Amino acid sequence: MNELLTTLNAILASIISPGTAALAIAAIGLNIHFGYTGLLNMGQAGFMLIGAYGFVISITAGLPLIVAVIIALIAATLFALILGIPTLKLRGDYLAIVTISAAEILRMIGRSSLLTSVTGGSNGLTGQSYRGPFTDLSFLGDGQSTLGPFTYDNTGSNGWWVRLVAWSLVAIISLFVFLIMRSPWGRVLRGIREDEDAVRSLGKNVYFYKMQALILGGVLGAVGGIMFVLPASLQADSMGRAMTFFIWTALLLGGAATIFGPILGSIIFFALRLLVQGLAGQFVPTSIMNSQQTEQFSWIMIGIVLMLLVIFRPQGILGDKKELSFNAK
Amino acid sequence: MPSDPTPTGGMTAQGAAAKASIAGVESVPGVAKPDAILTVDNVVRRFGGMTAVDVGHLEVQRGIITALIGPNGAGKTTFFNLITGFDKPSSAAKLIGGPKADEAARSQFNGKSLSGVGAAQVAKRGMVRTFQLTKALSRMTVMENMRLGAKDQPGENLLVSVIKPLWIAREREITAQAEDLLARFKLLDKKDDMAGSLSGGQKKLLEMARALMSEPTMIMLDEPMAGVNPALTQSLLGHIQSLRDDGMTVLFVEHDMHMVRHISDWVVVMAEGKVVAEGPPTTVMEDQAVIDAYLGAHHNTDLGDDALLSDEVAEELAKEVEEEDKRTEGDA
Ligand SMILES: Nc1ncnc2c1ncn2[C@@H]1O[C@H](COP(=O)(O)OP(=O)(O)O)[C@@H](O)[C@H]1O
Ligand SMILES: [Mg+2]
Repeated sequence: MNELLTTLNAILASIISPGTAALAIAAIGLNIHFGYTGLLNMGQAGFMLIGAYGFVISITAGLPLIVAVIIALIAATLFALILGIPTLKLRGDYLAIVTISAAEILRMIGRSSLLTSVTGGSNGLTGQSYRGPFTDLSFLGDGQSTLGPFTYDNTGSNGWWVRLVAWSLVAIISLFVFLIMRSPWGRVLRGIREDEDAVRSLGKNVYFYKMQALILGGVLGAVGGIMFVLPASLQADSMGRAMTFFIWTALLLGGAATIFGPILGSIIFFALRLLVQGLAGQFVPTSIMNSQQTEQFSWIMIGIVLMLLVIFRPQGILGDKKELSFNAK
Repeated sequence: MPSDPTPTGGMTAQGAAAKASIAGVESVPGVAKPDAILTVDNVVRRFGGMTAVDVGHLEVQRGIITALIGPNGAGKTTFFNLITGFDKPSSAAKLIGGPKADEAARSQFNGKSLSGVGAAQVAKRGMVRTFQLTKALSRMTVMENMRLGAKDQPGENLLVSVIKPLWIAREREITAQAEDLLARFKLLDKKDDMAGSLSGGQKKLLEMARALMSEPTMIMLDEPMAGVNPALTQSLLGHIQSLRDDGMTVLFVEHDMHMVRHISDWVVVMAEGKVVAEGPPTTVMEDQAVIDAYLGAHHNTDLGDDALLSDEVAEELAKEVEEEDKRTEGDA
């Protein structure tokens, strides 16, 4: 019984954790790419990485927090431009290939021993080395607070402050996406998703809109990257292909082309994993599955859920089947 | 806009005026027109070793309905793509190499050169096209399809889009305009349906209505009648005539001569990529070159008659529709 409570607690904690919020923000970015515009970005983790590195390196260089954030966002914009300029005029698959490779290249550079003095190489950088200016902004003070089942430091390294900021960002970004997607601008994006030649024939500069979408979603990826490393550490391998896969899973799980889909998907993604892992840990004897294996088992279950989803509910949990199912085309 | 288009039958005053505007123009391929809205020169397009389009000189008269006809594979769609910026002529001028200046592809629309102008820009300048294979935006509603067609929408700018009051006025305007057009095309009761749920013929109508949302100067329709059921064909012909009567220039592709005869003021015939004849419909259809190049299979049909309206043809069409219905039922 105790263990079940622990599992339940872990699940509840994951729902409000800043890591979930970071994944949600990156998934909202991917939603702009794929859900609304139909762009196949297979390297969203690359945008997270560039945001995280842009931010952390600027902070360690002694720049003020706001400047560091701006630099991170500019870096993501440039990254999007570099990826988009040669590919957005071509067929969709080119962007997929280029983004997946570019994200890998970034990760390799990040973990390369040549850059150890800047990036910390494959060991990365500890959170303490760059978190200071962010926690200094906290108005929550020292000490701990309890809210329902949760007790955290008010500020601390991974306390209420980073949760407050991360989830406020999720809320603000969702509102922003809602506003732009109900507008004629969002309509052009959806048109491009359906048939870009048709949109072109109606006098819209498709390339320009796709570029805007790529940049906007990429910048959100960078924001997700910053939020991801703030309560933790910066380590290139934590934002690799697996991360891109998590973001896609969260988006498709929740429902692409919906406002709350990416958020719900991120929450369910973590909760489901913890649930499977917790239950397996409790009910399956260690002689059959040890704790390391239960974790792997939970990933297998995520994969199976994704497959079931593709088969039985291709539009995701919140998606409108008529509007978007990702098996279409 | 005239609410009661006159299909096929008698000719409106505007129709007569349009015909009058090109009266006396010789029936010679590439002939000069008194008031050309579109002029193309040396437009060649090769696919590998095959020359799909090779048009030396062609002018399209302003304010009339010009039909572009020719057998399948004549290069009509490719020619459309080349004019509207969806494809580039093989004969386009290049920085290095390429054809000599006076042999390079040139085209002019409304007094401005179209060389190197992209598809979106061509549309913005007032030349809007539809596609032979319909491009309805399936997972958007009919109304959203229509709204997308309108130009000058402040809300299409990302920075403006966030603040609804900045674009809602224009949105209301275009919604009213869209309802008007949808009513004309008998699609108004479908406005909240997904465009993907429409029948093939309705999609054609939607695409045409959507193109009209931008209030173009010239509309280019690639086989607007294909797949549309005969009952609708009649009203579609009426719509096309009413566009001309509103002052629009219409260039449309069709390979069925009968349709063409009834509504076009001028006919251009393509075969194997070249313009082989042009002239008023009656003249062109008597042209031996046309009969040879284009009508091989139908040479026993009297092209000059009013076959479209005869019982025989109506029956034939009805049969085709029946078959079509059977086929779609089979699919369902
Ligand atoms: N993208 C392409 N690649 C190769 N050949 C093409 C392409 N598009 C058209 N063609 C060829 O060019 C010729 C003209 O085609 P098209 O313009 O579609 O004719 P039409 O519209 O008059 O039926 C055909 O022989 C067709 O096979
Ligand atoms: Mg064609």
